[in-house]
Amino acid sequence: MKSGKTQEITFRLNGEMVSIEVHPLKRLLDVLRYDFGLTGVKEGCGEGECGACSVLLDGKIVNSCIVPVGTVSGHEVTTIEGYRKTERYKVLEDSMAESSAVQCGFCTPGFVIAAEALLSENPEPDERDIREGISGNLCRCTGYQSIVSGIEKASREASELWKSEAKK
Amino acid sequence: MEKEQEKNISTPVERVDARRKISGSERYIDDMDFDGLIHARLYTSDVSRARIKSVRLPELPEGYVIVSWKDVPGKNRVKMINDDWPFLAEDEVNYYGEPIFVVAGPEPEKIEEILSKIHVEYQELPPVYTIEDALEASGESDGWLFADYTIRKGDYESVEKAFGREPGKYRVIEGTYSTGLQEHAYLEPQGMVATYRDGKVTIFGSMQCPYYVKGALVQALGLPEDRVQIVQTTTGGGFGGKEDYPSLLAGYVAFAAIKSGKPVKIVLDRREDIRLTTKRHPSLAHVKSILDENNRVVGMDVDIVLDGGAYEGLSSVVLQRSIFVATGAYDIPNVRVRGRAVRTNNVPRGAFRGFGGPQGIFAIEMQMDRIARELGLDPADFKAAHFLGKGDSTVTGGVIRSDVKLDEMLELAKRMSSYEEKRSNRSNRSNRRPFHGRGISVFIHGCGFTGSGERDKIKARVGLRELPDGKVALLVANVEMGQGAQTTLRKIVSDTLDIPISSVVYDNPDTDRVPDSGPTVASRTAMIVGGLVREASLEFKSVLEDRVVGSAESAPGEPLKQPEEPIEVFKQYRQPPEISWDDEKFIGDAYPDYSWGVNVVDVSVDPVTREVTVEGIWGVYDIGVPLDEAIARGQMQGGIAQGIGWASLEVMEEREGRLVQDSLTDYIIPTSMDLPDIEVDFVMNPSPYGPYGAKGAGELPFVGIAPAYAAAVSDALGVPMDSIPITPEKLLNLKFNKGEEPESA
Ligand code: FES
Ligand code: FES
Repeated sequence: MKSGKTQEITFRLNGEMVSIEVHPLKRLLDVLRYDFGLTGVKEGCGEGECGACSVLLDGKIVNSCIVPVGTVSGHEVTTIEGYRKTERYKVLEDSMAESSAVQCGFCTPGFVIAAEALLSENPEPDERDIREGISGNLCRCTGYQSIVSGIEKASREASELWKSEAKK
Repeated sequence: MEKEQEKNISTPVERVDARRKISGSERYIDDMDFDGLIHARLYTSDVSRARIKSVRLPELPEGYVIVSWKDVPGKNRVKMINDDWPFLAEDEVNYYGEPIFVVAGPEPEKIEEILSKIHVEYQELPPVYTIEDALEASGESDGWLFADYTIRKGDYESVEKAFGREPGKYRVIEGTYSTGLQEHAYLEPQGMVATYRDGKVTIFGSMQCPYYVKGALVQALGLPEDRVQIVQTTTGGGFGGKEDYPSLLAGYVAFAAIKSGKPVKIVLDRREDIRLTTKRHPSLAHVKSILDENNRVVGMDVDIVLDGGAYEGLSSVVLQRSIFVATGAYDIPNVRVRGRAVRTNNVPRGAFRGFGGPQGIFAIEMQMDRIARELGLDPADFKAAHFLGKGDSTVTGGVIRSDVKLDEMLELAKRMSSYEEKRSNRSNRSNRRPFHGRGISVFIHGCGFTGSGERDKIKARVGLRELPDGKVALLVANVEMGQGAQTTLRKIVSDTLDIPISSVVYDNPDTDRVPDSGPTVASRTAMIVGGLVREASLEFKSVLEDRVVGSAESAPGEPLKQPEEPIEVFKQYRQPPEISWDDEKFIGDAYPDYSWGVNVVDVSVDPVTREVTVEGIWGVYDIGVPLDEAIARGQMQGGIAQGIGWASLEVMEEREGRLVQDSLTDYIIPTSMDLPDIEVDFVMNPSPYGPYGAKGAGELPFVGIAPAYAAAVSDALGVPMDSIPITPEKLLNLKFNKGEEPESA
């Protein structure tokens, strides 16, 4: 699958235009991890089930393990490495840390991305909305409750960050 | 939790690893770079039981190697209880998916191609797949029983005779209970890297027990101790699954690294991880209880069998935990327990959070629930009438030495869950909501290693060392795998020495640097290792105080002002003298102390689809004193979620020894939508055996939740639930007695 014809793919990655000569069917996950060294994007299942590989594609959450890199050509990809430079991230980091939303941490960057995707759609979600919003991400350690509280807290304390249109 | 204004050890602090992990900067094994790294994959058997007649290997391109058992430099057996498990199959295979070769080289695609060109010719032998068949086979030939234990308390046989003489006076209630396979499903798949330089093997990887891996490699590589170094990398969940299997994976990469001379990496993909690694032992238990005219259980006969899979691994020890908790949290005067672990031609079972405890507790809790319902009693009341108390003796004739706060815990759990208001007694049908049910469980978990393990096998050693910059290095082999060890153990040092947590250095363990404080298993890290860390810290403190008095120069946390000898303290575990254990006869204190729990679960069952919704979960725990309340709470919630999965969604079947569900697409673990808010509380009950009174915590929440869930479903439907996982299919096939359908309630 990765052998055969390569082509040049250009897309915006964490705010910068990048180009890479690659087979278009190569998984976005592998391109991010191995070609760009963005190891905050994790592989938990490789089948689109766990969300550890979550990234934002034009602001929407996708599982990068089932996205062929060819399809992101001309689009914008944000990984945790890019997202963590934002104001919104800082709020989420604080609220997740303070809510004990982290245990082994392997799922955590994916949940941060899921939280961003949720809050940008709905800056003031209730518990049900949050549970739904993160239901594409698996966590085996926490039982989810602390993650839900973390996102609730971020929204309670700084929902205006997600309400403003301006991209931080 | 009792509210205390004052800051104490339980007061939550922010986890030391939280921000690294949230930001994605934490590096797990697959995130690390190694120069000249090559990859490896395993060639595995595609039959369940066979003799290997012949093998045909392809020509290898430059830079690729195939490793067979003949390349194992030392002993081709994984060092465990009985060393029966080969790293690589020799002349026979015993389960589908058993590794036979390791293929290593630079390009994954090429490795794939080589794997496809390996041919193994088998002479198949009749396989055994189920507990029933294994028991039958064990009657005919040797080798199908890994362990067969019987333990006794009181005199069960004479109770049975008394019942025989006066059947009118006694009542016998029997049940058969079974539990299924479970996959750990830690989010980070297993992975290892080996390097081989100057005759020394170094392993980096995701693991719970660096010194187990070291012991296994010293034996398999035939190398001296100082030629094998194990470095744990940040571990994305373990739950027991990274207790035993990492020793095998480390072996594979080490063999390939030695043969190829290159650093070798294996990171399993999820399907490989599920197919290759160990699982929770399925169990089948039969329980017979004899009750007297006062509805007291006076005799109990428990027979529990675990399916150990193709190799023994840890099965006998897992079984010991199952039988030692066979009567749960109850004081039953006359007990006979038989436990067997059978061999089958399935993937080997291994360690998994609770380690045999959950299987034993499921059987006893469902049995107590069944008895209560048959007698028309409230299960909580019936159970409470049998609670163990301080001074009572356990099934092994040990003594419950600490206070037992079960009554208080039960009261609290009832209050939290509004148990009395919502009490849904089937005899009181008028205010019963059909298809709604409530279950309650009460449970016990022994802290630390079973039996004399701590004293005779582990002999844990921890150290503290003063560093030139005034910080203190905590030297332990226990790993952070999500449970918070790097925070809680640091807290102990920081609190004792009165220095900031950031002044305690505790890196991922490296066996070249840290002493063997034992494996990160068995809920022993907080109580046993934490206890030693506290002892070491106290001694460190007194040495420091002597120095401060002597010199009045340096204070802790500050750089040394004069060239003093850096302080170094090591502490080794000593069994408290009052704890006695006979490992041959299984008599005495199986554990130094016990943790306890009470769960209440509310469910509703969809009348049409029979889908179960969990509406509420409450847990009250006695873990002595939590070393950090937020971390402990996280452990409880996570353990509950995993246990709910085991009881409901997590179906893992084997057909002819092959896993039917071998991916996260087919094997369903709970998502955020499958769980309600989980309400957790703790009662304080300081243990004399742990630091600050702490007891084991990590496994406890898993132990009791499944029976509470099953009891709730059985309450909703009015039918005993004897087997988990409880799937909608199972519920759709239920046969109700006339007039007992939940609809008619
Ligand atoms: S790794 Fe992509 S969803 Fe699991
Ligand atoms: S914290 Fe371990 S999987 Fe979520």
